[in-house]
Amino acid sequence: MDSTVVSTGTEGKTWGGGNRPLGSSYGKLMMWFFIVSDALTFSGFLAAYGFSRFKFINEWPIADEVFTHVPFLHGQELPMIYVAFMTFILIMSSVTMVLAVDAGHHMNKAKVTFYMFLTIIGGAIFVGSQAWEWATFIQGDYGAVQTKGGNILQFGEYVTVDGQEKFKRISIDDFAVSIPDARVEHERKNGLWFREEGTLPDYTVNEIYQGLAANENILVRSQIINEEGQKTVLSREESLRQIEKNGQLVVKGANLQVNEYGTSLFADFFFFITGFHGFHVLSGVIINIIIFFNVILGTYERRGSYEMVEKVGLYWHFVDLVWVFVFTFFYLV
Amino acid sequence: MAHEHKLEIFRGTVKFKSNTQKIWGVLIFLTIVTAIEVVLGIYKPESLMTPLMTPFEGGFFATLGNILFSPVIYMKSLNLIFILLTIVKAYYITWDFMHMRDEKASLRRMVVWTAVFLICYLIFILLQEGGYVFEVYNGEDALIKKDF
Repeated sequence: MDSTVVSTGTEGKTWGGGNRPLGSSYGKLMMWFFIVSDALTFSGFLAAYGFSRFKFINEWPIADEVFTHVPFLHGQELPMIYVAFMTFILIMSSVTMVLAVDAGHHMNKAKVTFYMFLTIIGGAIFVGSQAWEWATFIQGDYGAVQTKGGNILQFGEYVTVDGQEKFKRISIDDFAVSIPDARVEHERKNGLWFREEGTLPDYTVNEIYQGLAANENILVRSQIINEEGQKTVLSREESLRQIEKNGQLVVKGANLQVNEYGTSLFADFFFFITGFHGFHVLSGVIINIIIFFNVILGTYERRGSYEMVEKVGLYWHFVDLVWVFVFTFFYLV
Repeated sequence: MAHEHKLEIFRGTVKFKSNTQKIWGVLIFLTIVTAIEVVLGIYKPESLMTPLMTPFEGGFFATLGNILFSPVIYMKSLNLIFILLTIVKAYYITWDFMHMRDEKASLRRMVVWTAVFLICYLIFILLQEGGYVFEVYNGEDALIKKDF
């Protein structure tokens, strides 16, 4: 590269320029720097998650009970399986990426094209899976009642499975009674035109309470984790008392204010961390597509080096690396 | 630019003939580790649900010991295993997929040490603070009430 300074008198010496002490090109080095800074961003999020979790350590939702769904297997409780599948997809697309980089070192255009294509497919499957996870999480399945103090009360009954007594969750749709005098949603057309309100919940707390009172078998489960590492199930009297006295809002699914799984921070962090990661995967897929077309057009063949594939590969592996940590800290620990 | 790859993993116990073979080998290893994590996560063996050690009682040295051994005193063994396996996975992704193994030591240290130091610091600070806030919320003289 030309220097703007004509002569420094240090040519050929250590500080004379033109050295590559790290043995790496400018682009790769900058990608590494970016990765370090992005790693710090993600660890900031995960550490903040840890902070909030430590704050509410005895009432944090149990991830196994939240993420139990697998597409096409409706109604079955399969904790972890789908997330493990997503992890595997992402590791697999990392492998095809590194194979593309390897093929690039051998200047094998056909192979680079093929492996880049597989990587893009893997990334697309992952983003799609994450969208599905979000949809399932937002929709929710059992519903709960939020108390005045912001605690979440869930419902269920004791059933005997294979000789063992287990607490099985029951959806509010299955027992809530319908009381016709419930308030209708305020809309501009049926009330004050300058006032609006959000969608009302499907049930009022009273409807839930009447349904609970009518079904002797149903019990309330509080957020508090007991000695066995499970959520505390209240007695029948206490269940009725809690809903009647403290119940304030019927919740189904999740948004940023409230969620049926437990403390509201749980959903906030879920949306924020997996969303930020999903956004990285999405941008990774887009960059991969750009590079893919460049490979097809022969840009790197003419340039004589497939280093660009290597750089985007570094980013792609980093996204995989982050997911490994998100998987552990959000779903396993 | 020459592209030599170091073809051995596990400190030289496993050697691969080509870079492609090494990639598949690492994939198999990572898949096994993930499978172990998932199986442990689903079955949650009873013996791993408690920390390995109980906290030391006593004065200054007990506190010091508790800090030094905090991963085995305050963390469920299962969670410790998860975290260790995650770090193992992260190592092989960085070293073999991102080719950190083939980079110069100076570049490797620049990236890894910086990140590891800052992340450890951040985690320590935030988790310490989180535990403290928990005490404030749930201590004997807590001014905040949430059970309503």
